[in-house]
Amino acid sequence: MLEIVIRIALFCCSLAMLGLIYRVIKGPTVPDRVIALDAIGVNLVAITALISIVLKSHAFLEVILLIGILAFIGTVAFAKYLEKGVIIERERNR
Amino acid sequence: MNVSVIVDFLIGFLILAGALLCLIAAFGVIRLPDVYTRNHAASKAATLGVMFILLGTFIYFYAFEGHFNSRLILGIVFLFMTSPISGHLINRAAYNSGVKLWDKSVRDDLKKYNSNLMDKSSAD
Repeated sequence: MLEIVIRIALFCCSLAMLGLIYRVIKGPTVPDRVIALDAIGVNLVAITALISIVLKSHAFLEVILLIGILAFIGTVAFAKYLEKGVIIERERNR
Repeated sequence: MNVSVIVDFLIGFLILAGALLCLIAAFGVIRLPDVYTRNHAASKAATLGVMFILLGTFIYFYAFEGHFNSRLILGIVFLFMTSPISGHLINRAAYNSGVKLWDKSVRDDLKKYNSNLMDKSSAD
C-alpha cells in the first residue's frame, strides 16, 4: 500500500512543480518568479524525501537540509537585490 | 491489526496530506491574482506540506529501518523557521520596488503609513 501512496505523492509533487514552472515562465513581475522558484526549491525537498523512501536508503537525507539552506540564501539575496540594487553593500558612506 | 499496519497508515496519511498541500499551493500560485496573494499561498501551504512529508519520512525510517535521522528533524525546524521569513522578505521587496496590488483589493495601510511618514519628514 505504501508504494502506491508514495507514487501518488510523487505524481502530485511533480504536477505542483509543473504549475510552478508555468508561473516562473509567465509571471508578470520579477517577485512572482522569485516566489515560484522558492516554492520549487521547497517542492524539491519533498521529492528528495519521497525518492529516498522509494530507494529505501538514508544516503540522500543530507541533501534535504542542503537544498533548504540554498533556497533560503538565494531568496534572501534576490529580495535584497530587488530592494536595494546591491546584494553585499560596501561600507556606509554617510 | 498490529503496530506495523497502524504506522503504515500514519505514514501514508502524512505523505498524502503533504503532497496534496503542495499541489494546492501550486494551484494557488497559478490562479491567484497578484504577487501578495500568490506569496500567501506559496509560503504557507507549501511549507506545511513539506513538513508533513518530512515527518512521514522520519517516521518511516525510524519505524521500518530503526534509523533515527536527526537531519530530518533539523530540516523540519529549518524549513519552519526560514520559509515564512523568505516570503516576508520577497513580499517587502515587491512592495518597495513598486509592484501594484490587485485592483480589487480595498485596504493599503502601508501606503497611508508611508505618506504620513513623508509628510512628517517634509514638515521637519
